[in-house]
Amino acid sequence: MPVLKLDRVSKVYKVGAFGGKELLAVRDVSFDVQPGEVISLIGESGSGKSTIGKMILRLSSVTRGTITWDGVDIAGLKRGSLKTYYRTTQGVFQDPFSSYNPIFKADRVFNLIRQSFFPGVPRAEWQSKVAASLEAVSLDPVQVLNKFPHQLSGGQLQRLLIARALLLDIKFLVADEIISMLDASTRIDVLNLLGELKERGLGIVFITHDLSLGNYISDRTIILRRGAIVEMGATEKVFGNPQHPYTKMLLASVPQLHSKWEELDPELKAQITELSASQSDEQHYADAGRLVLPSDGDGSELVEVEKDHLAAQVRTS
Amino acid sequence: MSTSGKLAEPPDLVSELEPPVEPDAKHMSGFRETLHFALRNRKLVFGLSVTLTMLLFAIVGPFLAQHGPLDYGGVLSSAPTTKDGYWFGTTMQGQDVFAQFVTGLRLLFIVGALGGGIAAGIGMVVGFTAGYRGGVVDDILNMITNVVLVIPTFALLLVIAAYLQVRGILTEAVFIGLTSWPWAARALRAQTFSLVSRDFVDMARMSGRSSRQIIFKEIAPNMSSYLFMMFILLFGGAVLIAATLDFIGLGPSGTISLGMMMQLSVQNAALQLGLWWWFVPPGLAIMAVVGSLYVMNVGLDEVFNPKLREL
Amino acid sequence: MSLLVDDLKVYYRTLAGDVRALDGVTFSVADGEIMGLAGESGCGKSTLGNSLIRFDTRMRYVGGHATLDGTELPIWDTLGMNAFRFKKISIVPQYAMSALNPTRKIGDLTADLLTAHGVSPKQELPELRRRLELVGLDPAVLGMFPMELSGGMKQRTVMVLSTLLDPSLLIADEITSALDVSTQKAVGETLVGFRDRGFVKSLMVITHDLSILYQIADTILIMYAGRLAEKASGETIISSPRHPYTRLLISSLPEVGIRYAEKKLTGIPGTPPGLLNPPQGCRFRDRCPLASKKCLEAPPFVEVEDEHFVACWEEAA
Repeated sequence: MPVLKLDRVSKVYKVGAFGGKELLAVRDVSFDVQPGEVISLIGESGSGKSTIGKMILRLSSVTRGTITWDGVDIAGLKRGSLKTYYRTTQGVFQDPFSSYNPIFKADRVFNLIRQSFFPGVPRAEWQSKVAASLEAVSLDPVQVLNKFPHQLSGGQLQRLLIARALLLDIKFLVADEIISMLDASTRIDVLNLLGELKERGLGIVFITHDLSLGNYISDRTIILRRGAIVEMGATEKVFGNPQHPYTKMLLASVPQLHSKWEELDPELKAQITELSASQSDEQHYADAGRLVLPSDGDGSELVEVEKDHLAAQVRTS
Repeated sequence: MSTSGKLAEPPDLVSELEPPVEPDAKHMSGFRETLHFALRNRKLVFGLSVTLTMLLFAIVGPFLAQHGPLDYGGVLSSAPTTKDGYWFGTTMQGQDVFAQFVTGLRLLFIVGALGGGIAAGIGMVVGFTAGYRGGVVDDILNMITNVVLVIPTFALLLVIAAYLQVRGILTEAVFIGLTSWPWAARALRAQTFSLVSRDFVDMARMSGRSSRQIIFKEIAPNMSSYLFMMFILLFGGAVLIAATLDFIGLGPSGTISLGMMMQLSVQNAALQLGLWWWFVPPGLAIMAVVGSLYVMNVGLDEVFNPKLREL
Repeated sequence: MSLLVDDLKVYYRTLAGDVRALDGVTFSVADGEIMGLAGESGCGKSTLGNSLIRFDTRMRYVGGHATLDGTELPIWDTLGMNAFRFKKISIVPQYAMSALNPTRKIGDLTADLLTAHGVSPKQELPELRRRLELVGLDPAVLGMFPMELSGGMKQRTVMVLSTLLDPSLLIADEITSALDVSTQKAVGETLVGFRDRGFVKSLMVITHDLSILYQIADTILIMYAGRLAEKASGETIISSPRHPYTRLLISSLPEVGIRYAEKKLTGIPGTPPGLLNPPQGCRFRDRCPLASKKCLEAPPFVEVEDEHFVACWEEAA
């Protein structure tokens, strides 16, 4: 069974005039994804979760560390082998209207797949393949084919993108905030669709800022803060027994439907303040060349709390 | 990288409106569909008709002219008449205004196409490259663009004119092309930037497309209307610059253009003397061509952008 | 009564005809009440909020009245509304934090705003500084440019500016949508704080996020396809809703604690009707499991129990 594995992955951006400063977007992240498992990357903005998604999809380069698919380092893939990689791993993004080229019809995304991956397939066979994909995502071909993107709803567009990914026999799907721009009543349908696909053996990296969604759909959860993992493990353990102050704060701040916001207890408040002070924005940016990565011995390692549940130690300096 | 706490933009108000049904658009292929809308757009049809009419006139006109544009021999300063083929009258020196007009019109289109074309070509290369590659390449190309932008073109042309005794239309067109590309490059770079960050470019990459394919098949077609319109604007701009240069006496030697006609008519006090047929036709022609090109441009935007069609 | 809206109708002009975005709504907001206005895209909530303060060029006033503190609001008259805007009724518009002029300092923006409404900036300065401190912002913010502030800070600044002259009614349009979960909590609590301190008398909070409303609103008004569906206290809407749409909506919302494997949630099949030619009668008819022939006639928005209004034939019976 192919495994998607991230090993001490870091991403550094050059910012400022002529690249004088550096921004550490992802620090030393390691985890793996199995087919048939949903793993959530949960974090607020600036947490690096989308960057990790882009790196897995080879849309952004890895600065340090490796991402391997079935043991093969994806950084080395070129043209032919890269195409093969895309047969196994695809992505769907947040804004359905941005994911389609607005001047072409929506189903052109299927044609692109056909041209690249199924060049010799006869028309009739292709059409039945498309029909099968559309059925798998509960879309009516008559309603969605031959239409421009602006004539379809956000939910339909996102499902079309999932159908597109299913045309290839993918093992992994990176879903980056795919339902945050959809209406509440359609969100759950797309989410349930992901659940069905998982049951059929698809491995999903579910990126979101919404803890309720992560909790609903994922087997394992990774909480990210400022590019680093602060807690990870089986979902019910991370949510049921949160260890890191950041995780606790997130859970306390999530607006729930059946309980009011909790007042953060003073001890937790103090821990959060200290955490923010120790990892200030100044450390987030550094002059080029003087960047210190956690693997150089300056970060917080993950410590096992219980089986299948790790949390970063909070440094008390 | 966002540090502003912004996660997602809620759906735009426009999505509250029902997308209207497009009549008869279901069974057409891409190109035919565009044509269908193109023929229905009044601005496009109007602009195109005027431009094509003038173009036709420019092509056929010189064959109809009874005299050469620079030939003397007609009655001096005569108003338009049907006698001897002096349909547009004569200049103060007895030259055929009609012949001059059609020759000038032809030159107008040549300068516009050539000058505009060169500017568009350079602008595209610089703009696409800077927008797609970004980084250091972008910084360097930006510097070059800025330098060319601030060169005082008139001063430069005066200097060149002083050295070149004989100037052809080609020289004029090349010069215009080489000095008017910066704003096109800037605009294209900005457009390319905004398109490159869109998710459909990432989708294309994940569909196995190479960078070249993405630029030409995804980004450029998205800008096809923009490119077309830009060319039209550069065309119009080249025509206007050429007319201005001609008007101040820096026109091509050995021939006559519309701008030069206007220059000569002013020099000979045509306005005061009431010789309207000498300066009105060239002025109107320039206005008509450039104006109709701009109107055509607005129409084209509506045709190319499916969203704008319904509004 | 702070706000009384009576049979308000506002349509959008389009080339294809009038889109009946707001088609006869009647409700009231009492002094000191925080009313949440919820619904999905296309329901008319933004139209309602915006029509009370400023008609944009596409909107067309068709009928109905809005009365604030006993005085009728001349909402169809843009100039006439100048007397009310900012002083009696104020709004924090959608995307407000992205709409701050990036080239001007916050203090200068505020001075312009006050001068435009005939108030002396110097006079208001002490109160402005006090309020900024109350929401947790350093008054030095007045000397900063918008890009120097984080999303949450900008949102709170805009909220302070909108309420500087103690309006009777504040309309908050999607003010938490683009924020991180921890900032959402801070902004939500700030909003309640405004009401508690008397900076505003009543609030109308427009959002699609019911869980936030449960946290901060006293009552929630649910809209569907340009009409009102249900209004009740926050607790009632969440725990014992009566309108079929509300019921289906609530049951489709994931929460921390609900997992796909244990309890699969369902969405609402179908999509909201287009408002160019809305269906006759109840607009939820096509998607409603309780629909009958009676629903061809539009149900009135009636009080079925104390302060609980529903627009449904089945529930009113």
